Amino acid sequence: MSTRVQAAWAALDDVSDPEIPVITLRDLGILRDVRETDDGLEVIITPTYSGCPAMGQIEDDVRSALQAQGIPARVITQLAPAWTTDWMTEAGKEKLRAYGIAPPHRTAAATSVVRFMARRPVSGAADAVVCPRCGSGNTVESSYFGSTACKALYKCLDCQEPFDYFKPY
Amino acid sequence: MTSHVDYLLHLADNALVLGQRNAEWCGHGPILEEDIALANVSLDLIGQARMLYQLAAQLKGGAVTEDTLAYFRDVGDFRNYTLLELPHHGSLAANAAADHDYATTIVRNFLYSALMALLWEALQESRDEQLAAIAAKSLKEVRYHLRHSRDWLLRLGDGTEESHARAQAALDHLMPYTQEFWISSQAESAASAAGIGVDLQNLKTDWDRMVDDALLEATLNRSKTDGYVPQGKNGLHSEHLGYLLGEMQSLARAHPNGCW
Repeated sequence: MSTRVQAAWAALDDVSDPEIPVITLRDLGILRDVRETDDGLEVIITPTYSGCPAMGQIEDDVRSALQAQGIPARVITQLAPAWTTDWMTEAGKEKLRAYGIAPPHRTAAATSVVRFMARRPVSGAADAVVCPRCGSGNTVESSYFGSTACKALYKCLDCQEPFDYFKPY
Repeated sequence: MTSHVDYLLHLADNALVLGQRNAEWCGHGPILEEDIALANVSLDLIGQARMLYQLAAQLKGGAVTEDTLAYFRDVGDFRNYTLLELPHHGSLAANAAADHDYATTIVRNFLYSALMALLWEALQESRDEQLAAIAAKSLKEVRYHLRHSRDWLLRLGDGTEESHARAQAALDHLMPYTQEFWISSQAESAASAAGIGVDLQNLKTDWDRMVDDALLEATLNRSKTDGYVPQGKNGLHSEHLGYLLGEMQSLARAHPNGCW
């Protein structure tokens, strides 16, 4: 890794997500690569949900973090391979939990569409989403869709608190 | 090349028109969670439409952008299924401002999501790499749309006498419009021959199975699907699309090149 590439990674290491500021773009897996080309540095980012309104802000934040360090680079948005929550770092998941958002608890590995049917989580089962506040697995899904496209709404039946769950994608 | 662009516009127009329709529930949902859910579904659909329009604009070149495609084409240029432009109520209400019926919204979202889950899955193998990338992203999203609409189809169908009757009426109203899925347009035939698109006939067995399984669980009867075959994807639309576009495009046309 060249010094320029290293410097770019260092400049971008702390850039946080505009919607969930406790987690960095690197933790989320949005920041994919920094590479040297004949035309200079290229920073590769990938969108999360197709309609995520934070993407424009993320691109601007990446650009200004690089500019602040005087590093000229182009920011390129790349669709493939499609972003998945499986790329989220363990450190990132822990930060989400501490912030009050249950991180994705299973992989987003593809299942056949025909068999992809509504499955209600069984309270207390190994598959349960764990409450980020009290740690109980006795939780229930209130809605598949929450305050942002990437989250679902849950409720803890033990501490009675509602909480956000970052959906596997 | 033209049929390639037309195929992309068909997919993009589907997503945009249904996204705009579903967004009509924003602030008017039957309960708060559903208001948020429909807004989220719309956000995904409009995001998918943007990626597809950007790709189509790139292929067309010149001064074409995602915005000129979305805001400066007229009814006859749109290639969406007629099913997706219909208002949120049965056929006998006078206009789109009539009372919205959630069963109509749910049944439509279910029929379309079931199709798109299969289509996006197959389009991941498209010879157009950008389209394949869009399909891979959209597939992740449509799975949640399908889960949502299927779950509500069950609740309404296997719910109260009133909700059952309204879900059945919505199904009877909308089912004939799905005939349009299975008759290839010129753009679809050309795209599938070129390995860019998918022949929907190959997906029909799976779609039928998904629909029949859900209807059985929802205690609903599969409606007859005969009569007039809609031609929305060939540019022949119902009267409703003009009103939808009129609302959606008015701001961009009143302030061309406006930025905020």
